Amino acid sequence: MKLNDAVIGLFLTLLGVAVLWIVQDYPKIPGQQVGPALFPGLIAAGLCIGGVMLMIGGWRQRAQVPMFQWEDWVRSPRHVRALVVLIGSVLFYMVASLSLGFVLTSFLILTALFYALELPLGRSVLIAVIATLVIHFAFYKLLRVPLPWGILTNYAW
Amino acid sequence: MWIAVEQAFGMVFEPYTLMVMVLASLYGLFVGAVPGLTATMATALLVPVTFFMAPIPAIAAIVTATAMAIFSGDIPGCLLRIPGTPASAAYTDEAYAMTRKGQAEVALGAGLVFSAVGGMFGTIVLVVAAPALAEFATQFSSFEYFWLVTLGLTCAVFITSTAPIKGVITLFLGLLVSCVGLGNPAGFPRFTFGNIETLGGIGMIPMMIGMFAFSEIMRYVVDTSPPAEVVVEKVGNVLKGQWKLAKKYPLQILRGSVLGTAVGALPGAGADIASWMSYAMSKKLSKEPEKFGTGHVEGIVESGAANNSALAGAWIPALVFGIPGDSITAIIIGVLYMKNMNPGPSLFTTNPQNIYAVFLLFIVANLIMIPMGILCIKVARRILKVPRNILMPIILVFCIVGTFAINNSIFSVGVMLAAGLVAYVLEANKFPIAPAILGVVLGTMLEENFITSMIKADGNLLAFFTRPIAAALAVFTILLWATPVLMALLRRRRGAPA
Repeated sequence: MKLNDAVIGLFLTLLGVAVLWIVQDYPKIPGQQVGPALFPGLIAAGLCIGGVMLMIGGWRQRAQVPMFQWEDWVRSPRHVRALVVLIGSVLFYMVASLSLGFVLTSFLILTALFYALELPLGRSVLIAVIATLVIHFAFYKLLRVPLPWGILTNYAW
Repeated sequence: MWIAVEQAFGMVFEPYTLMVMVLASLYGLFVGAVPGLTATMATALLVPVTFFMAPIPAIAAIVTATAMAIFSGDIPGCLLRIPGTPASAAYTDEAYAMTRKGQAEVALGAGLVFSAVGGMFGTIVLVVAAPALAEFATQFSSFEYFWLVTLGLTCAVFITSTAPIKGVITLFLGLLVSCVGLGNPAGFPRFTFGNIETLGGIGMIPMMIGMFAFSEIMRYVVDTSPPAEVVVEKVGNVLKGQWKLAKKYPLQILRGSVLGTAVGALPGAGADIASWMSYAMSKKLSKEPEKFGTGHVEGIVESGAANNSALAGAWIPALVFGIPGDSITAIIIGVLYMKNMNPGPSLFTTNPQNIYAVFLLFIVANLIMIPMGILCIKVARRILKVPRNILMPIILVFCIVGTFAINNSIFSVGVMLAAGLVAYVLEANKFPIAPAILGVVLGTMLEENFITSMIKADGNLLAFFTRPIAAALAVFTILLWATPVLMALLRRRRGAPA
C-alpha cells in the first residue's frame, strides 16, 4: 500500500491536532510551569509541522506520485486471501482464545493459514495438530505460561 | 575487581548457561539463515523465553543468538542471492558472484572467520570503553542526560533515513507512544481512554514482536517473487585459505571492525548500516575497485567484520546510558530492566560481576561461532529447504503466545497486531522504523530529564547550556540539526548564480 506523502502528512497533522486538543484538559501542577501536557504537546506540535511539510512536498509531486497505489499482490487473489487469513487469525485469537481455549484456537488458525499458503488440506490439519501440541507443551508445561483451556477445561492435561 | 571477575567466570561457565548458549546459537544460526527472519526478530521472539531465566543465562541467549544470526545471514546470500538478514544485504551480490565462480567455500569462510574477528574486536572496545565511559557518566545531571538522549535520537534520525523529515516523524510517533499511561513525572494518566490495560503504558516487547516479527510475516505472505534455487551441490572446507586472506587484508579487517563498532555505538544504527557503509568504504579505498561486484572477497572480509563488530558496539551506549545502539539493544534494554539490571553508570559499580559476565559472554559467543558456524554451513542446504509456508504460520503462533506470556493479557496481542500493521505501512512508504523504536524506548527518559531540567532551570532556558559537558553536547546536537538547513542553503547559493 503506497500512499502519496500528502495523504500521510494529512493524517499525521490530524493526529497532532487531536493530541493537542486532548492535552488541553490536562491538569496544571500548582507552582510549576511544566505539567503533564507539555511533553506530548511539544511532540504533537512537531507532528503537525512535519505533517504539513510532508503535505507540501507530496502535493508538489502529485503529478508523478499518485495519491494511493496498491502493490502487485493485490491483483493476486491467492496473496490477498493469505493476508486476510493472517490478520483475521490474530483477531480470531483475540476474540476466541479465552472461550475456545489455546489448543483449539491455535489448531484452527494454523490449519487456516497452512491451507491459505497452499498446503494440501490433510497436511495442513496434521502439521497444525503437531505444531499446536509442541508449542503448548513448550509454553504451558515448560515455561508455565497460563494459556487458556476454554471449553477444554475439564479435559486439561 | 578480581573477585568480581572470578564470580563472572563462575556465572558464565556454569552448565546451565553453557547449555543455553549452545541452544541459542543453533536457534540464531537457523533464524539468520532463513531469508525473511532477522536477528532483531530472533531477539524479540527470544524475550518471552528468557523471561523465565536468571539474568545471565537470559543475556547469554540473546548475545549468542544475535551474533550467530548476523553471521548466518551470509549463507543464503551466498547460496541463493537472498540475504538471510538485512545485515548481509550489502555484499550478497558479491558473495553470489563468488559462488558462481565456484568459490562458495571462500566466501562463506570469509564471512564466518571475519565475523568472529570483527565480533571480537567490538567486544574488546566494549570491555575497554564501557567502564571508562561509565566513570565519566557518574558526573552527569539531568541536563547532560537530556542533551545526550536528544543527540542520540538526532543521530538515529539522520543515519537511518534518506529523508530526515520521515525519520523525525517516526521518531515523534515513537515518543508519542511512550507518553501513554501513568509513567510520567506528574503521574497523570495520559491517552488511556479509560482503559485499565493502557495505564501501565504500551508494552515494549509486544510492540517489538509486532514491528519486527509480525510485519515480517506480512511481507512474506504478500511476497510475489518466485522462489530461488540453490546452485551449490556441496560446500567443502571453509577454513581453507582464510589465514592467507587475513594476511592479505589486515588493514581492511581493522577498518571494517573500527567502522562497525563506531556505527554500532551510534544510536539507531546497527549491523545493517555498518555493513553497507563498510562495503562502500572498502570499494572506495581498495587498490582494485574494478573487481568489486565480480566476486571479489575483499569487500566481504571488511563488511563481514563490520556487521558483527557493530553488535558489540551497540551495547556500549546501551549499558552505560540506557541508550540503545541499534534495534536489538533496544529490546535488550527492556530485558535488562525486567531482570533488575537497570542500565546506567551504577550498573558498573554496584554489581560489577554482572557486567564482567556480559563481557565474557561476548567473548565466548564469538569463539563458539566458528565451530557452530561450520556445522551450520554443512547443513545449510537443508535449512534453506525448510518450507516457509510451514514455518511462517508457526512463527505467528509463537508471536501470539510470546506477547501473551509477557503479562498474560490478550490486550498485548492487540498491541502486537497494531504495531505490526503500522510498521508494515510505514516501511512500505519508506519511513525508517529505527527512530520510532528509539522514541518508544527513550521517550520516558527524555521526558523525565527534560521536565527535571525545566524545573531546575525555573524558566531560564540558558540553564540547559551552563554546565560544560551539557553545553558541548548541546552545541553538537544543534549543529547536527542545522546541517540539513545549511546544506540546502549552500546548494541554493551554488545553483543561483550559474
